[in-house]
Amino acid sequence: MDETTVREKMREFIKRELIRDESYDLTDDEGIITGGLMDSFALAELAVFVEEAFGVYIPDPDLTVAKMDTLNQMVARVMRDLQ
Amino acid sequence: MPMLKLATRTAYQTLLDAAALQQADERAAIIYVETDQPDTVITRADFRREVRRYAAALKHLGVKPRDLIIVAHVQNLESIYLFWGAMLVGAIPSMFPTLTEKLDPQIYMRNMGELVRLSGVRAVLTTDDFAPTLGAAVDCPVYGSNHLRGLIPAEDVANFEPHAPAAEEIAFLQHSSGTTGLQKGVALSHQAVLNQIASYSDALALQADDVVVSWLPLYHDMGLIAGFLMPLIQGVPLVLMSPFDWVRRPSLLFRAIHAHKGTLCWLPNFAYNHCARRVRSRDIEGLSLASMRAFINCSEPVRHDSHQLFLARFASLGVCEEMLAVSYAMAENTFAVTQTPLGQSVRRDIVDGLALDEARRAVPATPDHPHARVMVSCGLPIPHTEVRVAAEDGTFLDERHVGELVIRSDCMLSGYYKRPDLDPFRDGWYFTGDMGYIADGEVYVIGRKKDLIINAGKNVYPQDIEAIINTVDGVHPGRAVVFGVPDEREGTELIAAVAEVDTDDPAEHKRIIQAIRQAVASQTTVTLNYVHLVGEKWLIKTSSGKISRAANRQKWLQERGG
Repeated sequence: MDETTVREKMREFIKRELIRDESYDLTDDEGIITGGLMDSFALAELAVFVEEAFGVYIPDPDLTVAKMDTLNQMVARVMRDLQ
Repeated sequence: MPMLKLATRTAYQTLLDAAALQQADERAAIIYVETDQPDTVITRADFRREVRRYAAALKHLGVKPRDLIIVAHVQNLESIYLFWGAMLVGAIPSMFPTLTEKLDPQIYMRNMGELVRLSGVRAVLTTDDFAPTLGAAVDCPVYGSNHLRGLIPAEDVANFEPHAPAAEEIAFLQHSSGTTGLQKGVALSHQAVLNQIASYSDALALQADDVVVSWLPLYHDMGLIAGFLMPLIQGVPLVLMSPFDWVRRPSLLFRAIHAHKGTLCWLPNFAYNHCARRVRSRDIEGLSLASMRAFINCSEPVRHDSHQLFLARFASLGVCEEMLAVSYAMAENTFAVTQTPLGQSVRRDIVDGLALDEARRAVPATPDHPHARVMVSCGLPIPHTEVRVAAEDGTFLDERHVGELVIRSDCMLSGYYKRPDLDPFRDGWYFTGDMGYIADGEVYVIGRKKDLIINAGKNVYPQDIEAIINTVDGVHPGRAVVFGVPDEREGTELIAAVAEVDTDDPAEHKRIIQAIRQAVASQTTVTLNYVHLVGEKWLIKTSSGKISRAANRQKWLQERGG
């Protein structure tokens, strides 16, 4: 799976399931948690989604606001381990 | 000393009779668990020594009996030692949330400044990072960890003379979990807390071999009493973790239960959904939860479907229906008001939902009734606590009539701290603001009397959030409404905001939505789940010209459904 596909799948998931507003124009570098678009519960949900959709297991210490606040950060973390 | 039960109640005078302080041996008092760190085991001897050392440091700072001490710390062992150390010198501690990465420091400090001014806070104890900034913003000394540690004697202070409080003295304050602004400090006496723990321990049939596992914040009544003070007073090991750690890695709780053979765990309803939906399978492989006596659902309306979801997901780990218990609790009663019997399935009451909403009667119905609604029992009142249901005029109603739940007990608050203008009682009864009914002596809670939203165990006042939204540039001032939306998937009420704006421009809409979400996130402890912008005159007003939360909620739900 290429980076663009991963990015768009994640963007769609975040808008639909976590921000609950599919019309929201989510950009790559906006702070999703620090911007109040989703809370830290959503990090756990994101981890489940990433494992199901891409087969990538993000270990607990990487599930922090500092490391997972923007779409760019999330995509980079997934791509690192994507086969 | 025997465990604190109703039968042994007279053996205990104050909270300083806690087993963890009085029987200083090598048994574990606290096991602190963190992601990717080895567990920290604090024995009772360690606990007693550390509490005395911190107490000595507080004394050195000039802290005196009756001084109010705010512990606004991250959840760690230091905050625990400080809380007990303050009680040892006779001061009144109160746990507070610390500043997090998402909160606006200015707002946090303004609120703390108000609290300091109005409650006469003697000192705030916090992290080193935050102490200098906070110190500049409030009118009392603020001490960070390093400063305090510098005052701590190197050795155990074996000859430390603890303050000897009277049983009716205030032991600590519990600040109710509001969203913003100043919260009332619920003042609890030593006597009230010991009465609660004696009665509640009987209701739980608490035993010396129980093990409490908790991720709950210590500034919330459920975390403070069930997940902190009760185990330390009873000498039952407490396996504790930080809520921040748990929320992102919910499997941590199950790993802790497995490793330490946990038996009791208190959770708000949303946590059942959070665990069932967001624990990753590989994180719980090979774990057993069979040691558990009960997961106790508490602090927001209990949903039958949340229990079913939890059961379905974790049955293979040994969770069974008899482990799913319920309690109804509030800080004003120290903690528990009711408890379902442990080891039995919780009673469910199937009623006609329409009659419940409209006639305000809980009329039994068959499961296939078109308006069948499953209500989950909160159990019987704990010993020495009475629960009645009151009509608007304060008269008591019969069983199966819906009204406001009112309580009377021997473990109630002494009052709201430094607020003599607020009398918590009416003819000796505390009016809870919760609506419900009683059937066969068991209490069923339906919801709140007012528009209060309970989101993930937190009380959210819509007017607080609306006030924040009204300050956002682009929103018509006074033209925003906030309400709760029950969500089956999350097992809690989600928070929705609707605001009137002038523009149709998508870029401008995005800016306003971002600004609203950002403002709420940084000024409160909650996140808005839905933000919906509408044009002028969308919002429905009542005949008196006020924006109606209920009517607008209905309109929003209909528009979404259609």
